[in-house]
Amino acid sequence: MRRLLKPIKDVGIVGYGAYVPMFRIKNEEIGRVWGVNGFPIQEKSVNNLDEDAITIGIEAARNALKRARINPREIRALWFGTESKPYAVKPSATVIAEAIGATPDLDAADFEFACKAGTEALQAAIGFVGSGMAKYAMAIGADTSQGRPGDHLEFTASAGGAAYIVGEKTSETLAYFEGSYSYVTDTPDFWRRQHEHYPRHGNRFTGEPAYFHQIVSAAKGLMEELDYSPSDFDYAVFHQPNVKFPLTVAKILGIPKEKVLPGLLSGIIGNTYSGATLVGISAVLDIAKPGDRILWVSFGSGAGSDAFSLIVQDAIEEKRELAPKTMDYVNRKKYLDYALYAKHRGKYIM
Amino acid sequence: MGRPMQVSRYWRHFKEKYRLIGGKCKNCGHVHFPKRPVCPECGGKDIEDFQFSGKGKVVSWTIVRNPPSGYEYYKPYPIALVELEEGPVVLAQLTDVDPEEIDFGMEVEMVTRKVREFEEDGIILYGYKFRPPIK
Repeated sequence: MRRLLKPIKDVGIVGYGAYVPMFRIKNEEIGRVWGVNGFPIQEKSVNNLDEDAITIGIEAARNALKRARINPREIRALWFGTESKPYAVKPSATVIAEAIGATPDLDAADFEFACKAGTEALQAAIGFVGSGMAKYAMAIGADTSQGRPGDHLEFTASAGGAAYIVGEKTSETLAYFEGSYSYVTDTPDFWRRQHEHYPRHGNRFTGEPAYFHQIVSAAKGLMEELDYSPSDFDYAVFHQPNVKFPLTVAKILGIPKEKVLPGLLSGIIGNTYSGATLVGISAVLDIAKPGDRILWVSFGSGAGSDAFSLIVQDAIEEKRELAPKTMDYVNRKKYLDYALYAKHRGKYIM
Repeated sequence: MGRPMQVSRYWRHFKEKYRLIGGKCKNCGHVHFPKRPVCPECGGKDIEDFQFSGKGKVVSWTIVRNPPSGYEYYKPYPIALVELEEGPVVLAQLTDVDPEEIDFGMEVEMVTRKVREFEEDGIILYGYKFRPPIK
């Protein structure tokens, strides 16, 4: 059985853009409040008071449009992956579509699959464009993730996102998809019930059967189908809930650390959930050379992984300069203490 | 406050609030914000949509410490008169900036941010604000 996902037409990325809010809180500061020592990361990004998943999506989408240099009205679908929807019912995607001037001739919807909603939207965009139904489709992954105060998720749950515009492969394509593969199983490692503020998770159960099994299976499945070995890739970006997990995946697959580090930002911005691999890939596209092959594997609790193989094209050199780079946002930072962080996260009842 | 009856009042202005779209007189070329049905310069009535670049400079500013109802959670926050590079001056909040970093003539760019929420169960209003440019 052929397992590779590949559309009839060759498609690729014509524009990408990232966004990370400027506020940070150090793990040390969170640990001070809850009496914890030994931290998964150094610091994480925090949304401003006036930022949510929608505003993060808007700025990422605008950056993607700057690089794509297309009329936003030519985007025929805008799919937004998030697990921090500002509205429980009412699409976030329509707000973003309106804000970038893409309305009204398009399809729009919100996707949810824990941390892999962004790549889920991307799979759909590849299909929409690759079938010939649409000239361009935009996939966004963004979150202002929730972690219960004092829970170990609070040390990593952060804010950020990235947007990708998919189009048919031409000389304007800055990187094209060789193929993709999705792997999902019903594995309840992390969930949030309706009307609950915070997610719950299966502690150690989130590692082996969930994260590692799905990511490694998806990566291996894609490589088998494309007949590639780990050495065929110049970069690899894996879902990054912390620093240790993606580096362990690299070790299991036999991919050297050096190929993973350029797209591994979780140590300094945290886990942006639906945005995580999308922001990591945007950091890689900011520095990759034409001809480079990139392995991209997301993970979403629940659980599953999407794996993509990307080849960078010549257009990257010119287009990456058309919008702020990922590190421009990562390096722009202001530290918050826990009291201000709590205000930014909307914890005070007025 | 902010009950469904009021939604249309805000919805009518989404284009202007989300994207900073104003008007340009087809007769004399004057650009203005927000868009008006009659040109304030020549009285012409043929006005088309005009997309402002979002780049501008701070003309003057103040810090709001006693905000109007609905904005309490955001205090203290700066509001400024921003002169857009195309000419019009708009009143808007500044964001991602500390009060001591703000100065006369400071360059800013437009971003779309959350302006306010109407209670727990009301709509969320998004609109233009300005911040120091990323690059």
